[in-house]
Amino acid sequence: MQISDTARVFTPLPSEPAPLGTVGPVGWLRSNMFDGWFNSVLSVLCILFLALVIPPLLSWLILDATWYGDAETCKAGSGACWTFIGHKIQVFLVGPYPTSEIWRPAAAAALLVVLVLTTVLRLARTSTLVVLWLLYPCIAFFLINGGWFLNEVDQSRWGGLMLSIGLALVGILVSIPLGILLALGRRSRVIAIKSLCVGIIEPVRGVPLITILFMASVMLPLFLPEHMQINNMLRVQIGIILFSSAYMAEVVRGGLQAVPNGQVEAATAIGLNYWRMNYLIIVPQALRNVLPSLIGRCIALFKDTSLVIIVGLLDFLGSAKAAAQDSNWLGYDAEAYIFCALIYWIICFGMSRYGRSIELRGAHRD
Amino acid sequence: MSHESPSPGKTIERNTSRGGTIVELSNVDKWFGSFHVLKKINLTVQRGERIVICGPSGSGKSTLVRCINGLEEYQRGTITVDGTPLTSDPREIERVRQNVGMVFQSFNLFPHMSVLHNLTFAPIWIRKMPKREAEELAMHFLTRVRIADQASKFPGQLSGGQQQRVAIARTLCMNPEILLFDEPTSALDPEMIKEVLDVMVELAREEITMLCVTHEMGFARTVADRIIFMDGGEIVEENDPESFFTRPVYDRTQEFLKQII
Amino acid sequence: MHRNFVNLIIQAGVVGAVAFISWTLFQNTQANLEARNIASGFAFMSVEGGLPINDTLLPYEPADTYGYAFFMGVLNTLFVSFLGIIAATVIGVLIGCARVSSNWLVSRLAAVYVEILRNVPLLLTLFFTYVVVLASLPHPRSSLAPFAGVFINNRGIYLPDPNVHAGFWYVLATTILIVSILFILSRISKQRRDETGRGLPTTRIGIVLLLILPLLAWLLPGPIVDFEFAVLKGFNFRGGLVLRPEFSALMIGLVLYTAAFIAENVRSGIQSVDTGQVEAAKALGAKPSLTMRKVILPQALRVSIPATTNDYTSLVKNSSLAVAIGYPDMVSVGGTIIGQNDQAIEIIGLWMAVYLTINLVVSAVMNWLNARVQVVER
Repeated sequence: MQISDTARVFTPLPSEPAPLGTVGPVGWLRSNMFDGWFNSVLSVLCILFLALVIPPLLSWLILDATWYGDAETCKAGSGACWTFIGHKIQVFLVGPYPTSEIWRPAAAAALLVVLVLTTVLRLARTSTLVVLWLLYPCIAFFLINGGWFLNEVDQSRWGGLMLSIGLALVGILVSIPLGILLALGRRSRVIAIKSLCVGIIEPVRGVPLITILFMASVMLPLFLPEHMQINNMLRVQIGIILFSSAYMAEVVRGGLQAVPNGQVEAATAIGLNYWRMNYLIIVPQALRNVLPSLIGRCIALFKDTSLVIIVGLLDFLGSAKAAAQDSNWLGYDAEAYIFCALIYWIICFGMSRYGRSIELRGAHRD
Repeated sequence: MSHESPSPGKTIERNTSRGGTIVELSNVDKWFGSFHVLKKINLTVQRGERIVICGPSGSGKSTLVRCINGLEEYQRGTITVDGTPLTSDPREIERVRQNVGMVFQSFNLFPHMSVLHNLTFAPIWIRKMPKREAEELAMHFLTRVRIADQASKFPGQLSGGQQQRVAIARTLCMNPEILLFDEPTSALDPEMIKEVLDVMVELAREEITMLCVTHEMGFARTVADRIIFMDGGEIVEENDPESFFTRPVYDRTQEFLKQII
Repeated sequence: MHRNFVNLIIQAGVVGAVAFISWTLFQNTQANLEARNIASGFAFMSVEGGLPINDTLLPYEPADTYGYAFFMGVLNTLFVSFLGIIAATVIGVLIGCARVSSNWLVSRLAAVYVEILRNVPLLLTLFFTYVVVLASLPHPRSSLAPFAGVFINNRGIYLPDPNVHAGFWYVLATTILIVSILFILSRISKQRRDETGRGLPTTRIGIVLLLILPLLAWLLPGPIVDFEFAVLKGFNFRGGLVLRPEFSALMIGLVLYTAAFIAENVRSGIQSVDTGQVEAAKALGAKPSLTMRKVILPQALRVSIPATTNDYTSLVKNSSLAVAIGYPDMVSVGGTIIGQNDQAIEIIGLWMAVYLTINLVVSAVMNWLNARVQVVER
């Protein structure tokens, strides 16, 4: 059909700006905070609450706080005492580690920062990243422990944030492969293997971490022959690994269940045996399915390392508690815990944001 | 694009015993934020009329129809439905909605309720009907849309076409005087469009007022009393089907028709 | 045939390896226990413990046995878990609904709460509550007294201690009777509604019936419940019901922490319901409360319940953190016993048995709930 010559030209109406009170700040307030009487009352209550809480909090935390000086300056001040943190920062970060060798944990920390940035900014391929992450604990351990040309620093002097991150990192790196093995074993058709895996996973998941830590710290020495005793930190690390493996196994199991059966059939058709099929095809897909949950488990594990204070290790939280009991600096528990909470929060929130960005990236790819 | 309509060519004759305006939009303007989505809409719908609204995507047709049952708010002008002006009073809006049925593009059946329960939900909880009476009513309409044998199934077990027919039956159970259709066949596979259109054509024989946003021009030609063409948020042209398709007035309309026919 | 044979070999191998390792461990353990002079078996449970526990549900003296002391710990664990699950659910649901509120301020505040509590270790929250918040409460002599008979200070929260008299049981029996009547009424109401479209005004009847209770209480001779109020004597309060700081800190920390996770489950449950269905319900003329009850909640629960099961079992396990702040739960008391007689294996075994049993029960209940809200899929 041609546009006939008698067709009238249509002149569209111009777009008018929205009426005042529906857009801009006023409009936003009306629709987001004062939308109906119930919401308005709620908003007013919230504003009142914030007005009551925020100003005193701000003045204690920042405005009236003491940032420089020493214990005397703090006692004279009315706000938070952040000089306390400054003075004790070494204890917070590395516990009782000897000051003369402090460059070593610092170097390990710097390497970690580089590694984290490389991972988050995706500057290397996944396979390279896996290798780097597996290498890092060995390098860090050598740096912190010593041996060869470095002085040895006994493990009883390891503490602080360094210990928390160390326990968590090793825990994660060892428990993920172990968890994969347990998950594969749970799906095995060999009844003995399946029962063994279930027999490990379910009881470990059903009891608190504290009981596992007690088991590792107190019971493990009883299981080993006299000459084969291992130090407390290693026992605790083993407990953490066992605990985390059971949870990782369940997460991986969910991922394995989501891999379509066709994959197994195709892989068998190509002629891959059980191990190669899993290593090359099934497990990578399973992991990709549940990457956000895996990261969630990593965050949980990092938080759980705070429990080692109960079996005698001075991790980040433990060091904070100990620092607050220094007789020269009494009464600054709040500052210690708030600083501790802030660092934990930054790390955990950062990890969860990273997890969410991976989730979103995965969704886009679909 | 267009599909074979059941009775090609002829418009269906009907009996409009009660006349009068049932829906009136007067100088209606709507903004989404600062985007002017409906511009000075003036529309009068007579009782029993069957209206098809067409136009390119983004022209505001769905928004217009959704304003009529209060699913969208409007900032300027007035909308009156069966004598009741649509304001922001929730009770007025609820009363209007009980008399206006809506069929959605994505069916929107309640997946946790059986087909029968989907239909009896509103009569039982809103009209306070006894359960047995509501179930008889539901079976009556399920039979009309030819899906009575699926009454105990759940929506997840039905095909798209079946779900949409259930959705239509669900609105009919509230005995509305006005039916709004928001692109009812756009989410369906081609082989299921006909079964839904057949149901809609049958409905058109009743005294019910219908406003239908659709791209199915065969259906429009068969059933509509009036076709409204919208573009850029305004009503560009409205006419009876014959004149609309053979003698469009504006250049915009002609361009649109060229694309779809 | 070949595969079955290989399977058999593998099974035999695994069983053999496990048996060998177990036997070796057993031998080592025997040797070590003997060398360190540690007893075996549960005979210690009937030995007088001498453990001072000041927070128990049942009467306890230090002269009681280890076994009874441990039992006190178990009761405390159960008590904290039970109260904690209820409180965390209530608060979690409230905050979850706040998270999805259309009110920007309310939803942001709820988000801040959730993000802070989820990303800080529970132990830290516990320490902070115990050491900073509760310790900064005033000295008993200048206690906070928000309500009559309630005193809050750094020694604990003092509430009136109820003493029940005979009349209480009459009131209790009447309450049970009324609840049963209301239950039957609601059944009848449902039937009436099916037949005629209108149910009975059960809520109104319920309110009237419940008013009988205070009337009954007034009529009965003598007091039903007698309150023993806490009285300040010297530097401390005596009498009354005491919620010690350890208990309060544990409850506050556990509840606030778990509520944050439950709130997220509630939020994802509600957001999993397609908005199209809410629109369909609206288009039919349903009020928002009806839509919430019949369309949103049933579907939200499908998503929320499995995740919340995990949070409940976590709460039970997290109650073990009591050992860090000195509340005498099962791990606390058990740890003390281990410290005294080194019988770690028995105590740890008991812990595992109790926790696994509690988890089984909680999971079973939640799985039953979950099965009831499933949706039939194609």
